[in-house]
Amino acid sequence: MTVKELAEKLALSEVCTGEDIKREVTGCYIGDLLSLVMSKAKSGDVWITIQGNINVPAVASLTDSAMVIIAEGMKLDTDAKARALQEGIAVYESPKSAFELGCSVKECL
Amino acid sequence: MADSCVKLHYTVDPDDFTVAGEASGAVKKVLKQLGFAPDVIRRVAVAMYECEINMVIHADGGVIDVEITPEKIRMVHKDRGPGIKDIEKAMQEGFSTADEKVRELGFGAGMGLPNMKRYTDEMNITTELGKGTVVDMTVFVK
Repeated sequence: MTVKELAEKLALSEVCTGEDIKREVTGCYIGDLLSLVMSKAKSGDVWITIQGNINVPAVASLTDSAMVIIAEGMKLDTDAKARALQEGIAVYESPKSAFELGCSVKECL
Repeated sequence: MADSCVKLHYTVDPDDFTVAGEASGAVKKVLKQLGFAPDVIRRVAVAMYECEINMVIHADGGVIDVEITPEKIRMVHKDRGPGIKDIEKAMQEGFSTADEKVRELGFGAGMGLPNMKRYTDEMNITTELGKGTVVDMTVFVK
């Protein structure tokens, strides 16, 4: 399933489109501790987190995540949004919990 | 070319999370352009990013020198920070001296140095209290 299709299916709010909305999502990682995310998230994953700070786009880029979902109604900071746009990272927001989002992702993949 | 070497130099500003990651991001792009394997690129980028974050959190910034050859990528991070009191302790997963503000940003879990060691093939730390720290890391291209 592509980034665009997953975003539609999960009714996510788009924050940054990212450079490739047709990119295939191949897995999922849930985590808020960035050092752990960096060692565990895989290329092509949808990364679900409650973090919305400036380091999120950097970590998404380093791990080559397909997209980021900010869960629990948390928001991506303004400076983080600028960086996500610059790096071409797809970022979406959702009021749902990481667990709910993860379960929905599992059904889609 | 076997003898080709790309040298890069970066400055890391203190207390500025908005620029932390710029050096590792830039190196990642260069390695991609040079055609290195995704696994090598990821190891270099993550190790460098962790080190950059440490330079922002703990030290007053510093400089990074990167040498890229077809055989290896060497990253030397030099900071002007307070130095590391107990390297053995700092290398333990879970040990951290970072404050609450840093933890709220998703760091400070005591995984920085262990991650750097995990992702590189060689890692040497030279530190002097009150003077600064040099973290010298190498990733070999297999």
